[in-house]
Order: sequence, then structure tokens, then C-alpha cells
Amino acid sequence: MNGTIEAPTIEYALLAPLLVVFGAAIVGVLVEAFAPRYLRSAIHLPLTLLSLAGAFALAVWQAVKGVPTKPAAMGAVAVDGPALFIWGTILILAFVSVLLIKDEEHFVGSAAAVPGSAEEEQSLIERAAHTEVYPLLLFAVGGMLLFPAANDLLVAFVALEVMSLPLYLLCGLARRRRLLSQEAAVKYFLLGAFSSAFFLYGTALLYGYAGSVDLAKINQALGSVGGQDTLLYIGAAMLGVGLLFKIGAAPFQAWKPDVYQGSPTPITALMASGTLVAAFGALLRVFWVGLGGLDWDWRPVLYGVAILTMVVGAILAITQTDIKRMLAYSSIAHGGFLLIGVIATGATRAENTSALSGLLFYLVAYGFTTVGAFAVITMVRDAGGEAWHLSRWAGLGKRSPLLAGVFAFFLLAFAGIPLTSGFFGKYAVFQAAVANGATPLVIIGVIASAIAAFFYVRVIVLMFFSDPAADGPSVVLPSRGTAAVVGIAALATVVLGVFPQPVLDLAHAAAQSLFVR
Amino acid sequence: MTTHYLVLSALLFAIGGVGVLVRRNAIVVFMCVELMLNACNLAFVTFARQNGNLDGQLIAFFVMIVAAAEVVVGLAIIVTIFRTRRSASVDDASLLKN
Repeated sequence: MNGTIEAPTIEYALLAPLLVVFGAAIVGVLVEAFAPRYLRSAIHLPLTLLSLAGAFALAVWQAVKGVPTKPAAMGAVAVDGPALFIWGTILILAFVSVLLIKDEEHFVGSAAAVPGSAEEEQSLIERAAHTEVYPLLLFAVGGMLLFPAANDLLVAFVALEVMSLPLYLLCGLARRRRLLSQEAAVKYFLLGAFSSAFFLYGTALLYGYAGSVDLAKINQALGSVGGQDTLLYIGAAMLGVGLLFKIGAAPFQAWKPDVYQGSPTPITALMASGTLVAAFGALLRVFWVGLGGLDWDWRPVLYGVAILTMVVGAILAITQTDIKRMLAYSSIAHGGFLLIGVIATGATRAENTSALSGLLFYLVAYGFTTVGAFAVITMVRDAGGEAWHLSRWAGLGKRSPLLAGVFAFFLLAFAGIPLTSGFFGKYAVFQAAVANGATPLVIIGVIASAIAAFFYVRVIVLMFFSDPAADGPSVVLPSRGTAAVVGIAALATVVLGVFPQPVLDLAHAAAQSLFVR
Repeated sequence: MTTHYLVLSALLFAIGGVGVLVRRNAIVVFMCVELMLNACNLAFVTFARQNGNLDGQLIAFFVMIVAAAEVVVGLAIIVTIFRTRRSASVDDASLLKN
């Protein structure tokens, strides 16, 4: 048995964005331990925002300096064009979500106090706050950065857990409707842990097949190892279950509406944008790099999953009466549209590049619009907190035309109406799919988009063409953070819809070299 | 022969998986997930022996650490919901639905 372990070489400069985010998270934990209570929030907020901005600057600097052509950290982490583009996207989306989180009224004062108890009352009087949300968020973002860049399955598993574990906790910390929030946390945790066990067993089987967990080595083994196909197929399928769960593809979508509804809305915004981007990055890398030689086998399966996801997402969204659940099902449907891009691999490099760049653009466009939509939801309030029930949104356009107008614009972008970012996102992905022979899938995608457009427009009609209820919800004056988030998201949705070319070019440049091996 | 260990690992994984699906108590469901992770560890170590390299044994250590972190987070969440509801049954927690 070969028992020597070589000392690794680590390219610290390449991994700097990751290290900054994780470093800031650890400093955040120390702040929790040593800083007095009244100072914590004042330290955490600049620390979190600065570290995210700094990591973004480092990622841009890396992209300008030139994209490396081989994986870093002994082949464990691949910092390539797509990874840098995804890092930039996640960091901006996380930055914007933090501006929402800044409103501390979203989070419970004392998570350990039983709802309705004297302790909870006491925590409200003392104005207690869980400032731990900031370091938890940074750990989650660090995991999101590592997950799509993981070049071997062990790193991918660790990143998956680093991303998910803080999110499980954050889900359960809503200030109002705490029973729903705690229930969401339990459901997300149990189902998430279940799915990551599948991911891990898939990793074990592929390790047994290829003798390595390195994606490139697994791909090499696809052609050369014979007689162990059972290990390979079951392993690849289990890996797929773990990844598809994270993006909420049908039939693994059941957690998404419950978790999106119960979580504090800023966390929902982060999950719906950042986690989705990270999970798609990882899915692409595992299937294109690790199982690239097996594409004739996985493509039909993903074909079916994509159809099911689009149809289930679009049809179940129609029946929803809760705005957050509706957006969750919309997110499921968008996951299906994105899966079309994953399937649209072609024989040539140029075809793969066009599919990948379309997908990257879609992720940016969808991420911004989602964060904006959830930011609007935080502002429409009832006596008991945010007004989630759709009937409460009736006539909102007459009371506050500006807010309802912005929300309607986000919904149109979800539907993919021209002159919004959603249109070019869908167009880029569908065009690549048609070019690579997935036309039937695109037809189903267009039909699903039409069904989806129905329920988006239904909300718009409800807001503008029905009479407001006498005791309708009030629109709170947004804090500067929330207003900035809505503004940034609306601006991004307009700019990407009217002048998409710079970002399309950037996505194309990032996708040019595809994934390093 | 490593086959027996692989069969045992698959059995443990299946028992864990069925347990997650049929048991009601959140703690027991969680224990079943841990059983699945341990089945993965057994598979990793067995394949390390079979492949003649140490990667699998190293991975087993990583998995143990991750599982420990998962216990911390999981128990915190389950204890919180138990204190609220006086029940850890996953069937009772059903406020979130269409």
C-alpha cells in the first residue's frame, strides 16, 4: 500500500476571495465572544459588507490578471472562468441580501425562548438581538463560493455542508410566525441531511469505481475501468440526487415552498439567489467535468427531470395563495429552465460555450430579480408581520403605485417579457438548447413559461385592478438598506433587459475556456 | 475479501434510508441519517483497501467531522421545536402546507 502523503502547495492568491470570507466569518465569531453586546451590531455590519466587497474585488482582480489553466490547491479547487463569474455573482447577491438583513426586525431576539413565553417577552423588552446571523451568513456564503469551485467530490461535500448548516439555523430565526420558522428549519435540516447522505454515498461509490474523488480522474476512469458499471451508475445517480435536491428540481422539490415560506424573508432572498447559483455551478462542474464522458447516459435522465421540474413548478404555482410559496414554485420552474442549459451540451467547444454563457447570464438575471421581489415582500406588512396571503395584496397598486409597479416589473421579468432581464436569460438558454438539438425541451419550456406568465399576471391584475380592502396591509417606509436593495434589483433588471450585451460578453468570456480539468 | 463489507455498508445505508422515511420522531430520523453517513464511511474505508490508496481513509475523517457539526446544528433545531411544541414528531409539525 502506498502510504506517503505529500505536503500540499496552496495558491493563496487564487483562493483569496474564499479566505477573506471565511476569515471574516471567524473574526465575526470572535466578536460574538469578546465584544460587548451593544457594540456587536456596529462591528458586524461593516465587517460583513467590507469582506464581501473585498472578496468581490479580489475575484475581479483575479479575472483581470488572467484565469489560471489548472486547478489550485493540489487539484482540490478550480478557480477558472465560470467559477470566477459565479463567485462575482454570489458575492454581489450576498452583499445585497445583507443590506436586507440589516433590518434587525426580521430576526428573533432570543431563539431559545419558547414562543409566547415570559422569556420571549423579556427578550423583547431588553431589545435582545441575535447578531450571530452575520457570521452564520458569512460561513454560508463561503460555502456557496467553495461549492461551485470544488474540483473533487470531497471538497464538494464539505462545501455543501458548510453552505447548508448555517442556512438550516438561519431558517429558524424569524422574529414573527416563529412556529412556521422553526418548522421550516426542521424540515430543511432533515431533508437536507438526508440528501447530503445520498451525495456522500454516491461519492463513495465513484471513489470505489475510479480510485479517486478527483473529478478529472473520475472522467479518465470512465473510459478505462471495465466491469464495474454498477458502481458507476448507482454512484452517479446518487450524486445527482444530492445535487438536484439543492436546486429543488422535481421530484426533490418538496422542501422548497415550506422553507421559503417559513424562513425570515432576507434569508429566503439569499437562498433563492445565492444557493441556487452555487448549486447550479456545482451541478455543471460535476456533470460536465466529472461525468462528461457519461453524458449519453445522464442526459436522458436530466431531460426528464427538467420537464417534470418546469411543469410541476409552473402548474403548482397557480394554486398558491401565499406570495412566498408562489415565488418558491416560480423558483422551482426557473430551476427547470436552467436545467435545459445543463443538458444543452454539444459536440464542439463553441456549442458548450454558448450553453454555459447563456446559463451564467440567466443566473445573474434571475438572482437580482429574486432578491428584489423578496425585498418588496418585506415592506408590505400587516399587524402580525409581513402580509403573505395574496388576497391581502389586492389593490396595492392604488395605495402605493410605486411599490406595486416595481413588484409588477419583477414579476414580468420572472415571466420573461421582452425589455426585462428575464427575457434575455431565457432567450440565451433556449437558443443554446435549440442549437444543440434539444428543441422538444425548449417547446415544453416555452409552454411552461406561458403557464407561469399566467400566475404572474394574475398577481399584477390583483394589485392594480381590484379594490383595496378597508383593513388592507400597510406599506412601511423602507429603511435605507431595503430601499437600496429594491433600487439595485430594479436597476439590474432594467439594464440587463435593455443593454444585456456587456454582461452577455462577460459571461461569454468567462465561459470561453470552459471548466479547467 | 472486501465484498462483505460493501454489502454491510449498503445494508446499513438502506436501513438508515428506510428509517428516515418511516420513523416519526425527529431524533430517530436524525439518527437514521447519521447511520447513513456511517455506512458511507464504511464504504470509503473498504474502497480504500480495495483501491490500495489512503484517500478513502482520509475522507472518513472528514465525514466524521462534518457529521459532528451536523449533530450540533441538528440537535439545536430539534430541541428548539421540541420546547415549543412539547413533541418531536415530524407529523405534528404541519403548519406549512398549501
